[in-house]
Amino acid sequence: MNLDWALGRLTLDALPQELVTQGGAVLMILSGLAVVAALFYFKRWRWLWRWLTSLDAKKIGVMYVVVAVIMMLRGLADALMIRAQQALAAGDSTGLFSSDTVQQVFSAHGTIMIFFVAMGLMFGLINLVLPLMLGARDVAFPFVNSVSFWLFAVGMVLANVSLVLGGFSPGGWLGYPPLTEMAYNPGPGVDYWIWALQIAGVGSLLSGINFLVTILKKRAPGMTLMKMPLFAWSILVTTLLIIFAFPILTATLGMLSLDRLMDMHFFTSDGGGNPMMYINLIWAWGHPEVYILVLPAFGIFSEVVATFSRKKLFGYGTMVWALFGITFLSFIVWLHHFFTMGAGANVNAFFGITTMIIAIPTGVKIFNWIFTMYRGRVRFSVPMLWFMAFVITFTIGGVSGVLMSVPAIDFQVHNSLFLVAHFHNVIIGGVIFGFFAGLNYWFPKVFGFTLHEGLGKLSVYAWIVGFMVAFLPLYALGLMGVTRRLDHYTDPGGWQVLFIVAGVGVLIIALGAGLQILQLIVSIWQRKKRRDTTGDPWDGRTLEWSVPSPAPFYNFAITPKVTERDAFWEQKEAIKRHEKQEKPKYQSIMLPKNSSIGLIVGGFAFCIGFGLIWHMWWLVALGLVGVIVCVIVRCSNDTVEYELSATELEKFDKQYRRQHA
Amino acid sequence: MSQAERAAEAEQTQTKYLGFWIYLMTDCILFASVFATYIVLRENTFGGPGGGELFDMPFVLIQTLLLLTSSFVCGLALLAARARKKAAVIGWLIATFIFGAAFLVLELSEFIKLIGEGHGWQASAFLSSFFTLVGLHGAHIAVGLLWLVVIVWQIMRLGFTAGTTRRLTLFSLFWHFLDVIWICIFTIVYLMGVL
Amino acid sequence: MEKIGSVKSYSIGFGMAIIFTLAAFLTVTSGWFSQGAAIAIISLLAVVQLIVQLVFFLHLGRDKVKWKASAFYTMLLILILIVGGSLWIMYNLDYNMMSSDAMEQYMLEESKKGF
Repeated sequence: MNLDWALGRLTLDALPQELVTQGGAVLMILSGLAVVAALFYFKRWRWLWRWLTSLDAKKIGVMYVVVAVIMMLRGLADALMIRAQQALAAGDSTGLFSSDTVQQVFSAHGTIMIFFVAMGLMFGLINLVLPLMLGARDVAFPFVNSVSFWLFAVGMVLANVSLVLGGFSPGGWLGYPPLTEMAYNPGPGVDYWIWALQIAGVGSLLSGINFLVTILKKRAPGMTLMKMPLFAWSILVTTLLIIFAFPILTATLGMLSLDRLMDMHFFTSDGGGNPMMYINLIWAWGHPEVYILVLPAFGIFSEVVATFSRKKLFGYGTMVWALFGITFLSFIVWLHHFFTMGAGANVNAFFGITTMIIAIPTGVKIFNWIFTMYRGRVRFSVPMLWFMAFVITFTIGGVSGVLMSVPAIDFQVHNSLFLVAHFHNVIIGGVIFGFFAGLNYWFPKVFGFTLHEGLGKLSVYAWIVGFMVAFLPLYALGLMGVTRRLDHYTDPGGWQVLFIVAGVGVLIIALGAGLQILQLIVSIWQRKKRRDTTGDPWDGRTLEWSVPSPAPFYNFAITPKVTERDAFWEQKEAIKRHEKQEKPKYQSIMLPKNSSIGLIVGGFAFCIGFGLIWHMWWLVALGLVGVIVCVIVRCSNDTVEYELSATELEKFDKQYRRQHA
Repeated sequence: MSQAERAAEAEQTQTKYLGFWIYLMTDCILFASVFATYIVLRENTFGGPGGGELFDMPFVLIQTLLLLTSSFVCGLALLAARARKKAAVIGWLIATFIFGAAFLVLELSEFIKLIGEGHGWQASAFLSSFFTLVGLHGAHIAVGLLWLVVIVWQIMRLGFTAGTTRRLTLFSLFWHFLDVIWICIFTIVYLMGVL
Repeated sequence: MEKIGSVKSYSIGFGMAIIFTLAAFLTVTSGWFSQGAAIAIISLLAVVQLIVQLVFFLHLGRDKVKWKASAFYTMLLILILIVGGSLWIMYNLDYNMMSSDAMEQYMLEESKKGF
């Protein structure tokens, strides 16, 4: 019986052919097997199942962060490979890896860092913090939250399966056609890239809707929008960016996949296709995307700076307006990513000016944070150190961005290492340092013990030094004319030494990451000693610090009533003023039951993606039918919550309070 | 149900309406991206025929009237649901389905005719974007029809619960919104195509 | 459930939509108007019918809740920026290219020169 149709275009040739990819694949498979073995050994399958089917935002948040951290290690490994290659491949040397491998490595590096590390950390932190900060029990749509996570995870899995079967796209993290069309890349790599992003993108869009409705509808009584913490405002504008930008990505990737799968001519170089339309659309998404990444980081800094300066945030109102200014402007700057690609002077001038303007509200925010510190009683704990690292690093990156907003200058440095240095500068300095600050800040709330301060501080220094050593040379190389994504070069003099310096820099960054892992391990080792017994280890200002650590599964036994900004600070002040505290009156609450449907939808989404990549049409059909059936099953079930009675709630609450003196 | 439970249920319904409405707004941007691409690519016929040569206006007019009628009777179904008239609701919903399905059948027959004459989506950028834009709308209609079947089945089985009435309302939002998109397609693709 | 809408309002909306649809169809197929005029008329008719359907079928602006209209107008703003911006950019991308007539002329001259 001929079963060729069952495997589509999947053959044994799909297995990795080169030593380095074979090594990577083996390492990945062994790690996965190690995890499975550990689960068997410690008999934790039921425990794991409870986690995977949980609709509790706090558990989903942890899962996002775990995936993101693992992906960061993969992304850093890719970075080390790129730096090694470029440090060595001067003149007659061809470096360590084949050209094809290098193309795949930097494409994977960018794709993974943006979509699975940055987006993952972001959604993770939002899930962990936002409901608590708003005085809510969970997000607006807990089931959709689970589906979003699983779609994200499936996207990640697809991107990584490519290492074992078929190889990844060599088309860069944005996959410009016509290179990514069938004529030039008929293999599965580009398809892996498309479907990993498409599936994860749907998850992101659903999350955007979810968090927006959560903020609009689930705030504690008395918490008007202008009494919300700034972090919540930053998430609100981020969700506006997500809901209006991600559909563009879906449409554009969809059209590219139609070109590839059904021989259409949207962006092909023949048939009337117009590749520039892809570039236009992908950047209309791409620019809001980078603000989606950085605005939550700004929100984190607003919380961290106020708390560690022991002072309320300077200029709350202007901070909110700055967020909206950035959000609106980010929809009218996107052409600055392709100034050099044919537009006339008027168009370039318009987008150049809007790009310059967007620097202003960003500057306002940085000044406001600094003014918050002024005359505050500043404690330089690890989160605050990450903020200081951010100010130094991000400012340089922001300035290089404003430089490139001038089209005439951009013509000199577009697609050079100057550009590469700029965006790493703002993403690492802004997004990553912000998320690291957030992880250190909120870790005690999530896990119930604090992180080791000394190792944390060392990791900050390593990251700052590592970043400078790795990327400042790239600014110089860019100005010397070195283009991005090179796997080999003829050195006219002075290039290779800078590449070597940059390579050392990435090693220092890797040291920083290593110190962070060490920080985590040591803190877990010392967790009994480091227990957060009050729930408020930083003398915080916002509501998440008013619950025990780790937060109870129901968040708040009694929904708080809010009267002021910095609601928890106000509560503490009221106690100090010996104001009469109301006796807690417990009422029964409804909580979502666990559900495996999110996980199952993820599984069927994987079938759709894998099937489309390898032309296994039966698998695609199975996946589609499966997703539809899951949706119908879930929507036919009206008993998706369970009741926690008032007496049980009181019992839990008293138990938590007893554990925390 | 106690008053507190009723208030919570009402609040939950409003939350779900808001979430679904925002999803519809994102769908508008999805369609807008494909529309923009269509407008950019519609002259790129690669030597082949353009809209003027291919579109059958009376056919499209009938399609439009069918979809419009479907949208109208869907509204009547919603009014009947408010009055808790189960038989009327099911009747109007079946009518919604019939008109919607007729629209889709006509659209598919137009596609098949074009493909048969050699004007498939592979022939040019114009045809790729035509089939994709109109097809994307058609795919939404197909999903809507499937959803409609599930809703009719649920109302027949469970009657008017908070869940079924909420889902019926959400469906009607979806269905009306698809008619709004069709106006844009009718105007930008077909009418402007033959001018 | 929302308490707006009645058989009367739905019927008015339906009726108006049919009229505007037929009017648009007639504008194009009758050939009475120049191309420019026809485009302007059918665009206007489309916008009006959009408003009719949004108000009479989707109850935009008639709802007690505020968010429906705000969300719609925000989306509309972004849509205009993205679609408008995209069309402006795409039609500008050949700004620095020779016109096709000039290109044909140039190619003709070049081919006369031989190798």
